[in-house]
Amino acid sequence: MSPIRLELHALWAVVRRNFHLVRRYFGWEVVFLFYNVINTLTIALIAFALPARERDRIVVYLTIGALLWNFLSILFQEVASSVSWERWEGTIEYSFMAPIHRLTYLAGVCLYAVLYGVLRTLVILIAVVFFFHIHLAHADWLGAAMILAGSSLPFIGLGLMGAVLPLLSTERGAQATQVIQGVILLVSGIYYPIRVLPGWIRWMSHLSPATYTLQAARRAILNGEGPLHLLPLTIKLFLSGLILVPIGLAIFQVAEHWAMRNGTLKRNG
Amino acid sequence: MAVEGENLWKSFSQTKWMGARREVISSHALQGIDMQVRRREILGILGPNGSGKSTLIRLMATLLIPDQGRLQVFGLDVVRERRQVRRLINRVSVEASFFKKLTARENLAYAAGLYGVSNVQAQAEATRILASLGLPRDKLEIPLETLSRGQQQKIAIARALLTSPTLMLLDEPTTGLDPTSRRDVQEFILDVRKRHDSTIVLCTHDMAEAERLCDRIAIIDQGRIVATASPEDLISGYGQGGSLEDAFFRLTGLNQKSLEEDPR
Repeated sequence: MSPIRLELHALWAVVRRNFHLVRRYFGWEVVFLFYNVINTLTIALIAFALPARERDRIVVYLTIGALLWNFLSILFQEVASSVSWERWEGTIEYSFMAPIHRLTYLAGVCLYAVLYGVLRTLVILIAVVFFFHIHLAHADWLGAAMILAGSSLPFIGLGLMGAVLPLLSTERGAQATQVIQGVILLVSGIYYPIRVLPGWIRWMSHLSPATYTLQAARRAILNGEGPLHLLPLTIKLFLSGLILVPIGLAIFQVAEHWAMRNGTLKRNG
Repeated sequence: MAVEGENLWKSFSQTKWMGARREVISSHALQGIDMQVRRREILGILGPNGSGKSTLIRLMATLLIPDQGRLQVFGLDVVRERRQVRRLINRVSVEASFFKKLTARENLAYAAGLYGVSNVQAQAEATRILASLGLPRDKLEIPLETLSRGQQQKIAIARALLTSPTLMLLDEPTTGLDPTSRRDVQEFILDVRKRHDSTIVLCTHDMAEAERLCDRIAIIDQGRIVATASPEDLISGYGQGGSLEDAFFRLTGLNQKSLEEDPR
């Protein structure tokens, strides 16, 4: 087998393994999905407390926030918790001893996260459209899809940085990834415009790729702005991903080296 | 030589907080180990708990980086040529590292994918290996968490063999197994050496196992190899003609009672 085929074979093995795990934990998947659907519906229902003329727009505004957060948080969570998950299962040493590039393993985790995130978000979207009978004829879906693709990269980069933490400290690292996710949720304007944030934290909004993703997705779906209008923002998101992913990878490799030096790679390390 | 280690040192530190005071406790796991494993031999590593056996295996498995010293596997440096070394080795650890909710087939498919083995070939080979280890075929289709430890360990051995490793690292592969399973695994290890032309490093606590399987035994105590010889030579040289156990106690300065109470 050629080296490239070997790496692709391994990449697919990681994706397939994760889907096997989804199947085995199917009961939990259904429960989490049900919770996500209900959560999205309850958030969108807030708009029904508003006057009728604003209602439809705010329902869509909130739904976009909930759906995008669902997708981006899955992306971040799946990548960031890949190390904690393997530690918990006790397989980390086996996976990390394989004769493949670390990039291949991580790319497998990321590809799975994107596929899984898209699938789950689609299910929630179908439920929301069915529940609210949202009229989205004017939305530019191509523009929205372009933004989604552009935003995946920086979130994978952030996820890679988050995945490093459990390598450094088993429990505290996993806790820290939750804190990071919480901060992104707070500052990115998921359910409100960032101008409502207190001034002392608003600066963080400008650092979060989710802020730009949401703004652009709302422009595509609420205002029907097409790919041409959204291209500059998509390029910015893509470029931020091109910077964040290699940084994430480099940090991951340094942390793995540190873990191998300090013996923290093993399950109870 | 399959493995050559020279002046290997490894220590670990642990930080403890005593109120506001931070205390760093260091322990030396390996203290200047020199070792050689010849091609196609089974080298046993015997030692009390905490003597450094697993650390040594982890260094060979490229999962740890030595603080000092040099370790080569088939002439390749385990730090600088890590990925090439990984192509030649596989390890079975004391805790079978599996995704417990997945079936044996799904775990084997993952392993085959990581090592570039076709899934069809891997499944056929695994079924054959497991049949020779006395594991019924239907056990491959149920989640691993429902299998006994012995059965899981047999699957771990089959998984390691799928990749045709030139060097197999077995870290207490029979610990916790019932006598029949232990005997099955031991027979299999001998068969692997005969049929696959592999070099095997075996960590164990079991003196009878070491005596039965190993060409040579290295006795390790407090991070130092205190003797390396064939079982017969260890018994005649240090066991006063008695048993390997006598030689072990003599070399490690322990007796049965202190071994049981050994806090390390």
